[in-house]
Amino acid sequence: MTQPLVLNYLRAKKQFPHVWCPGCGHGVVMGSLIRAIDKLALSKDDVVMVSGIGCSSRMTAYVDFNTLHTLHGRPIAYATGLKLARPELPVIVITGDGDATAIGGNHFIHAARRNIDLTIILMNNNIYGMTGGQVSPTTPYGGRGSTAKSGNPEHPFDISQLAIAAGASFVARTTAYHVPAMDRLIQQAFENKGFSLVEIFSQCPTYEGKWNKRGDAATMLKYYKDNAIPVTSKSKYSEEELKDKFLIGILHHTPKAEFTAEYQKIIEKYQIKEQMTQLSQQKGKNEPEASSKESESPVSED
Amino acid sequence: MPEKTVLMQGNEACSEGAIAAGCRFFAGYPITPSTEIAESMSEKLPRVGGKFIQMEDEIASISAIIGASVGGLKSMTATSGPGFSLMQEGIGYACMAEIPIVIANVMRGGPSTGLPTKTAQGDVMQARWGTHGDHFLIVLAPESVKETFYLTIKSFNLSEKYRVPVILLLDEAIGHMREKVVIPDYGDILTEDRLVPIVPPQWYKPYEITTDFVTPMAPFGSGYRYNITGLTHDEMGFPTNKESEIISKMNKLRDKIMRSTTDIVDYESLYTDDANTLVITFGSASRSAKEAVQYLRNHRRKVGFFRPITVWPFPEKQLRQIIKKVDQVYVVEMNQGQLIDEVRKVECYHKKIFGINRYDGEMITPNQIIAKIREAK
Repeated sequence: MTQPLVLNYLRAKKQFPHVWCPGCGHGVVMGSLIRAIDKLALSKDDVVMVSGIGCSSRMTAYVDFNTLHTLHGRPIAYATGLKLARPELPVIVITGDGDATAIGGNHFIHAARRNIDLTIILMNNNIYGMTGGQVSPTTPYGGRGSTAKSGNPEHPFDISQLAIAAGASFVARTTAYHVPAMDRLIQQAFENKGFSLVEIFSQCPTYEGKWNKRGDAATMLKYYKDNAIPVTSKSKYSEEELKDKFLIGILHHTPKAEFTAEYQKIIEKYQIKEQMTQLSQQKGKNEPEASSKESESPVSED
Repeated sequence: MPEKTVLMQGNEACSEGAIAAGCRFFAGYPITPSTEIAESMSEKLPRVGGKFIQMEDEIASISAIIGASVGGLKSMTATSGPGFSLMQEGIGYACMAEIPIVIANVMRGGPSTGLPTKTAQGDVMQARWGTHGDHFLIVLAPESVKETFYLTIKSFNLSEKYRVPVILLLDEAIGHMREKVVIPDYGDILTEDRLVPIVPPQWYKPYEITTDFVTPMAPFGSGYRYNITGLTHDEMGFPTNKESEIISKMNKLRDKIMRSTTDIVDYESLYTDDANTLVITFGSASRSAKEAVQYLRNHRRKVGFFRPITVWPFPEKQLRQIIKKVDQVYVVEMNQGQLIDEVRKVECYHKKIFGINRYDGEMITPNQIIAKIREAK
């Protein structure tokens, strides 16, 4: 089953081997994404994938869609233009924690506010992998990286909560361990018409793991397994028990008016207005007598 | 739409020209003195089925128009100095990935926030060299409202034809000035569309090195699935580190512009046949310069006039022909001297080259120019 999917959706002959390190979670996310696209039976000719800069964003070179590898932090802004220009195409944004919430934080919250129909696949590994392990906006307080060797003095973002507060209509979180759930959540994100975020905790054993002594990839995956609480069973736990855990599943789903559809209404409004003025101008030209009669008619008759 | 004669502002003429050229996407962020372009585009675009979006900043604006252009729409943004600085990364991307876009920069006084409501011409060098790395692009500078209309159309035509960002360099004076413009029937306007591939998708090379260095561009969603990146890439659009591929990509970006200068470069010259003094200027400063040249001519001074309409690529060849016949050259610009260095590149050994500059936020006056030229002899 995997074989044909690989041949069908990956640029298998040209772009491999990939840049991801052994044990990296990003490949698992790519697998999940193409399974979701396959299940939804989206045409490869239609799917647009936009990415920024970073390890996760290298995905665009590997998949056989319309792929746009943009600048650091900007994929959501590029995708906004592309989606508004071509609302009929499904647009996916591939990004990471640094790309989307540090340099691209402004675009991230404003796209969520607009509720533009983008599917954001955000791989959160709590670190800048491509540049060699610097702390990111999601590195925990006290966590280590090459730019905070004695512990991070800053506090992290909760990206999912940030998106909810900014107005996203669909927000889900999962991890590279919970693969079947990831397949399902990505599918559901596609099905939501509006800004849809899937935040995926994806392990970086090379830098995050090394700096914070988290062990190898398998140990890091086990950490995800042991500390993830499905949002549906949240009520079974006390606040104390939830303190060092994180919730997975659909955290927020509140459909609301989508931006490109709303803009289409504006176009229709203007075009109806335009047609009306054209019609009245034509009328004025064709029936000059009728109009002059109208103007002559005494006011008292009305 | 039949021909119409209207009194309009430079900024309005810019958006009118954009619609006439087939622009169907605008993303922008409010900034004085260019805001009227965004305001008028927000009304004009939906009328013709186009899209307008006000983005969260100028970086997002240029990113959005690149995205829309990849989707196949002719796209533009408009800004002024501080916003133009923010847009530089996007300009570099559009150069590298060869995405047609148009950027109107309505110049104001700088540096930094500078003089938001006053005029200046201080972005000449930034327009050419603002983004990092070797790159080639086109910059046009109109001198009137009417010319703004036509050069906006030309900006789109060049951008689509050469797959390159084109910068329309206005300034506050032209942006806010009102003049009479005859808007022709849109049917009579020559517009250029980007080439689209005619080969089947499996043969399409999105960055193929062709004889004229311009490759057809397939919009996303048209069945040609390919990769676009700001990384240095091969003919298929995938990142490369191979020396030979890097060189041919870099040369392609240069040669598609520099080997087509006869098509791209435009300039205006007056009284150059018998001139011994030459006044060189561009944009709104040329209004005062022309007046000064006319006055000096009336007083039997042999003064000529030269105005690059394409500031970049600079009309070197054309200027060299004229400059070799004169004794002294005056470069009139509303900055501390930027274009003058380009003139020095053309002829730096034998001629006296002087700058006539004004940078206090006001228009340079004909009197200032006349006085400086008379002072010389």
